[in-house]
Amino acid sequence: MRRLRGMRPESAWIPAFAGMSGIDVRAFAELLDRLSLTASRNAKLTLVRDYLRETPDPDRGWALAALTGDLTFQAAKPTFIRKAVEERMDPQLFWWSYDYVGDLAETVALVWPRRPGANREPGLAEVVEGLQAASRPEVQRLIEGWLDAMEEPRERWALLKLMTRELRVGLTARLAKRAAAELGGVDPAEIEDLWHALHPPYEDLFAWLEGRSEKPSADNPGRFRPAMLAQAIDEAVDFARLDPADYAAEWKWDGIRVQLVHEAGVRRLYTRTGDDISRTFPDVVDALFEEGVIDGELLVMRDGPNGRTVASFADLQQRLNRKSVDAKLTAAYPAGVRAYDLLAEGREDVRTLSFAERRRRLERFVARQGSARIDLSPLQPFEAWAELAALRAQPPPGDPQVAEGIMLKRWDSIYEAGRPKGPWFKWKRDPFLVDAVLMYAQRGHGKRSSFYSDYTFGVWAEADDGRRALTPVGKAYFGFTDEELRQIDKFVRDNTVERFGPVRSVRAEPHAGLVFEVAFEGLQRSGRHRSGVAMRFPRISRIRWDKPPGEADELATLERMLAQMEGR
Amino acid sequence: MIRPQDLLCPKPEGLYCAPGDFYVDPVRPVARAVITHGHGDHARAGHGAVLATEPTLDIMAERYGPGFVEAKQAAAYGEIVDRDEVAVTLVPAGHVLGSAQVVVRWKGLTMVVSGDYKRRRDPTCAPFEPVAGEVFISEATFGLPVFRHPDDREEIARLLRSVAQFPERAHLVGAYALGKAQRIVALLREAGWEKPIYVHGALERLNALYQRHGVDLGPLEPATTAAKKAFAGEIVIAPPSTLQDRWSRRFPDPVTAFASGWMRVRARAKQRGVELPLIISDHADWDELTGTVDELRPGELWITHGREEALARWAELHGVPARALALVGYEEEEDD
Repeated sequence: MRRLRGMRPESAWIPAFAGMSGIDVRAFAELLDRLSLTASRNAKLTLVRDYLRETPDPDRGWALAALTGDLTFQAAKPTFIRKAVEERMDPQLFWWSYDYVGDLAETVALVWPRRPGANREPGLAEVVEGLQAASRPEVQRLIEGWLDAMEEPRERWALLKLMTRELRVGLTARLAKRAAAELGGVDPAEIEDLWHALHPPYEDLFAWLEGRSEKPSADNPGRFRPAMLAQAIDEAVDFARLDPADYAAEWKWDGIRVQLVHEAGVRRLYTRTGDDISRTFPDVVDALFEEGVIDGELLVMRDGPNGRTVASFADLQQRLNRKSVDAKLTAAYPAGVRAYDLLAEGREDVRTLSFAERRRRLERFVARQGSARIDLSPLQPFEAWAELAALRAQPPPGDPQVAEGIMLKRWDSIYEAGRPKGPWFKWKRDPFLVDAVLMYAQRGHGKRSSFYSDYTFGVWAEADDGRRALTPVGKAYFGFTDEELRQIDKFVRDNTVERFGPVRSVRAEPHAGLVFEVAFEGLQRSGRHRSGVAMRFPRISRIRWDKPPGEADELATLERMLAQMEGR
Repeated sequence: MIRPQDLLCPKPEGLYCAPGDFYVDPVRPVARAVITHGHGDHARAGHGAVLATEPTLDIMAERYGPGFVEAKQAAAYGEIVDRDEVAVTLVPAGHVLGSAQVVVRWKGLTMVVSGDYKRRRDPTCAPFEPVAGEVFISEATFGLPVFRHPDDREEIARLLRSVAQFPERAHLVGAYALGKAQRIVALLREAGWEKPIYVHGALERLNALYQRHGVDLGPLEPATTAAKKAFAGEIVIAPPSTLQDRWSRRFPDPVTAFASGWMRVRARAKQRGVELPLIISDHADWDELTGTVDELRPGELWITHGREEALARWAELHGVPARALALVGYEEEEDD
């Protein structure tokens, strides 16, 4: 059901829409506004699909790139804009406005004074191309000029969101691509598979979707294949209906998921979102001597007296986010890939084979490479779910001790892009828990802008003067229900000790204050935190209204946990 | 020397005019009242005598029954009515049907009470008329620079576009029963929407009242009779409180819209679960509030209710002495 450009569904009653046509940022702003307030997945699809149908190239392509997170300009932080707005209006009036709205970008978008006779309004393509070409100091002048020219607060809001490259309108990249697929009546998997061969503003994609040209080619050697992801298992429901004989189990390693490619002489290492990190890991990229594509976990692995062992995530972080590496670094933090799956062997695409068959091929493939930088993620045999549960709670000695949990994969599952329901599950280890005391609260964003929803919490430690004092150990902004948020918000307002802008410090004494049970995935040493430890993925697991803060945990408890994690 | 506070001064009951012995929009029963418009927080029952425009008196009778007051007196816009030593004139405020500013003159002193007002065109009521005076007494419901209402025609176009985009769903528009609901209907008619518009039962009497006063609303149907599927692609107007009520379940997967100036702030829309916020208000926005002060250049600005501190600061920065009266009893968080 492909449609030619410009054709509309027959029955639709579409009013003449003054101001909507031709002014591209306005239509894009309206799209973002509606997406952010729409909960239904189908309604979101309709909104994006109609926008893509009605907006000309290249604007719609830039919009699609914004929605899928594929814009590449240097993101600008909204902080500079506060100064710019205070140069244009009374700071007291601005402060009252900000205090009322709670969100900086939205406040600025609303209060920015009009400048009659300013430049004409920019189109979306002009904005994106302008941001791509601009140097950092130029970006600020560009944004201010565009804000002056825009008539409607919604447009200014969209520009300020676009500038940060984080739209946060509740739309996944997958859903945006599905809307494009609907536009052309093609299978969403076709677009997923093609995606990494495409570049914004995707004129070739739209030409194909509208039946004006051939399908763009995905066969560029060394390309990324979209990754297959697992769903979190629901213990209460899934185990009752799943047959253990249908599933293979393996450990979920605590590194980053990668794809290692060697194809027609091109060697690449990609993250699971398709970012090319080959330059950061030359030692790993060279490890594949045969052609093929493997899916695995990137880890720091060291050879020792007990064979090869996996190092902590903190060690891997020493290598991530570095543009270039030297021999010293690769020797100190030797990285490698622990292989989970095989996507291509030689020139043969094996993704449509069953997991059982791919696994057989993977074992032979890895063995043939004979590399210290690639090894096989072992399968964990089991008969019954209860047995697997026991293994998860008490992993066997060796590397499984530091695994994040267990993966379950159907033996007959093909390798599908995205997060399909049913074939793969992740079953994470239970989190670590501590009781910590609420110390500071900060206003949230968006729906939560009127609530204090971001919490910094601490545990007891001995201060320099020998007294027992709270030291911050982390920050969390989810894990509670809306009702609990209202209660905590009230607590914060009733127990404020001091205010610093959007942050309040909250009463936290041995006999007065609020205790959170905080869940987290792991701990690592940190020079940036006063406490010396940093939590991974902390969230509020329970609110302990019943517990006096004096009985919350000590820093020593966290230090013991950390020593345990490092020691095993 | 005559001081403004000798003519009008704030009291717990409301703004009191001593030389004329009456209150403007009193929040408690008093002997003599002048009422600016028919919204419940301004027009209360139980006064001894009421002076207001004909439509406002009609609205009060519709709401409270014909015996809502012992003695009522209607004044036409511009007519001079003497209350003891004071000459009272009602002047259009552009807020809702019958809404008026109260202009009081006494011993050469003129003071203007805006009541609730807006400066934009509204097909359902007479437009605001600026009146110069020594003191302008303004509302400030939307007295913060964040409140900037867009062109209402564009908001109506957004609604109609959504109706075209989601033909399988009903569009349920929350609108204040007096004024806003009728204005939305009239704006839809101006935008070319000729189909029947479905209305909640709570709006029917006020719709009929508007029609009796010559406001053409086109074909209206009760939103109760048709089968659920029949509402697909239709527009339904209802009081805001019904949006999340069980009442809304009778419509197919409704798109919840809400016509209000508060919808300018996204968190407000999210908190109420509004999917399509329509920023349409019967109150002056920040630019209208400040623009009116700038146009009238009164010797003093008094502010009755709303966000007084920001408007007062703006006025002081622009050379107009300002004073917040902080009158209580007018709903700041009303549905408008």
